[in-house]
Amino acid sequence: MSVTELATPPPAPPEPPPALTGRGHDKTPREYAFRAILLACLGVGVVFLVVLLAYVLIEGWPRLDLDLFRNQASQLSPATAGAQAAILGTLWLMALTALIILPVGVLAAIYLEEYGDKNRWYNRLIELNIQNLAAVPSVVYGILGLGLIVRGPLDLGPVLLAGAIILALLVLPVVIISSREAIRAVPDSLRDGSLALGATRWQTIWKTILPNSIPGIATGAILALSRAIGEAAPLIVIGVAGFVTFNPASLTDRFTALPIQIYSYASRPQEDFIILSSALIVVLLAVLLVMNSAAIFIRNKYQRRW
Amino acid sequence: MSSTTKATGAGVSLRRSQPRIGERIIEAVLFIAAFITVLTTIGIVIAIIGPTVAFFREPAVSAWEFFTGTEWTVLFSEAQREFGVLPLVTATLVTTVIALIVAIPLGLGSAIYLAEYATPRARSLLKPLLEVLAGIPTVVYGFFALTFVAPEILRPLLNVGNFSMLSAGLVMGVMIIPTVASLSEDAMSAVPQALRDGAYGLGSTKMHVATRVVVPAAISGIVAAFVLGLSRAVGETMIVVLAAGSTPNFTLDPREAAQTMTAFIAQAASGDQPTGSIGYESLFAVAALLFAITIVVNFASIRLVRKYREVYE
Repeated sequence: MSVTELATPPPAPPEPPPALTGRGHDKTPREYAFRAILLACLGVGVVFLVVLLAYVLIEGWPRLDLDLFRNQASQLSPATAGAQAAILGTLWLMALTALIILPVGVLAAIYLEEYGDKNRWYNRLIELNIQNLAAVPSVVYGILGLGLIVRGPLDLGPVLLAGAIILALLVLPVVIISSREAIRAVPDSLRDGSLALGATRWQTIWKTILPNSIPGIATGAILALSRAIGEAAPLIVIGVAGFVTFNPASLTDRFTALPIQIYSYASRPQEDFIILSSALIVVLLAVLLVMNSAAIFIRNKYQRRW
Repeated sequence: MSSTTKATGAGVSLRRSQPRIGERIIEAVLFIAAFITVLTTIGIVIAIIGPTVAFFREPAVSAWEFFTGTEWTVLFSEAQREFGVLPLVTATLVTTVIALIVAIPLGLGSAIYLAEYATPRARSLLKPLLEVLAGIPTVVYGFFALTFVAPEILRPLLNVGNFSMLSAGLVMGVMIIPTVASLSEDAMSAVPQALRDGAYGLGSTKMHVATRVVVPAAISGIVAAFVLGLSRAVGETMIVVLAAGSTPNFTLDPREAAQTMTAFIAQAASGDQPTGSIGYESLFAVAALLFAITIVVNFASIRLVRKYREVYE
């Protein structure tokens, strides 16, 4: 082997063929116009969002004060009225709804992913039903609550427990669907490894599959919860009142919630009430922002890629 | 030795011959949790049927009048009551059509841009914005329609009042854009790259590929997105309660105020109707109609998707 031979560079690898993107035609006016139209479509949504956020922030700014949290709702003095009962009501609802949807949603997802035999008619019925429920309007869940829970057989009245049950049923399909995805993402090799070591089916699920799917389940549950606490329609239908001036203290207390409070202030024509409901919208959106950020944080920090 | 393995090993199974009781109990509990969703549907049907039947049994109400009458004054005093549901249906129809006129082109356009044109960076910026739009509670949209869109935009331009089906429908349309966009985009992203490459190879421009290859190939998913948008528009409550008006009005003119089916349910229910009164029963009857419409739309969409689905390997 001579020195010259070593010095010659190896032959360059052949150029890969250029990726086909249609770029060569990109310069015609029609292509530009089409692209501009598509961007404009997206722009409408984005501009709407920006204007909406700016509007509620500017409108609500004068009343974004501690009175919102310190004072109770009032129909007479909007300049100092607050929404303490509504804010606490929403926190109560959030906690209770989470307590219902987490166990039920996760157990249902485990059943459908790990146990349910897809060839059995009742399992297919459950799946089809979940698909369908996800598209049932929220106001219809209110009707279910009114007819069976608030009045009728259970006769609870428009209390916290009734509100939480209805919101939980409303978002349960979302929780089940996202939990199933989280469980499905755990690779079979982990399952097989656990079973091969002699673990039973449930031990495998409890000790191997669930710990590995918790980030995905938590993300889905938080997103579902944030949808639940923004809902007003089903609560209005079960008769949750707009002006409640005492804080809820137990499951069987009457209550109100932020979206209802916003609605009842917004339906009054006086400017002061509009300002007040803008301020409450900012509070509600801030809560939702925190929840969504938490969900994204959990997803990015803990979710494993297999 | 070998004979014993033969005796027990006929059809070797990893399942124990006697299942553990605990494992069976767990499976039963899991099944019950999953079955709660079915109970929810059954509960909805039971809750609706009783009062609805009672409503149609009322001597003052006839099914014929309900489906063909053009006046709905159920909450008035007894002598003035009329039971024609059509005004509520037309209001739902008008607001839904306006919402779809807004949401379908804008949602589809957004989806095409995100799926075919956007660089990964632009996508990671724009998609979360649409998700934020989807996460805003509908009561906030309703507030915005009532206090900003109607008085600041529509009144100067078109001279419509504070309450109109137009303002409710337009805002509802924006609310539905993310639904239409994200489902359509999923469908377009699932179209195999080979189809695009083939079209480019034949000399297509990017626009041709998007409109004549990708959209037709993804059409079942796109139609499903439209249908889901439709059922969200039909069932949306807070926007129409706040912005469309609270009086039944038999008209197709979008500039007028009118009460939709959902708005009637919300309004009548918040009036705390005594159980068993005709007002109480009427809101279940309207809910039954609404539930029936959404179920029909849903099943239609599932069938449509199955019929037009293109399966790629």
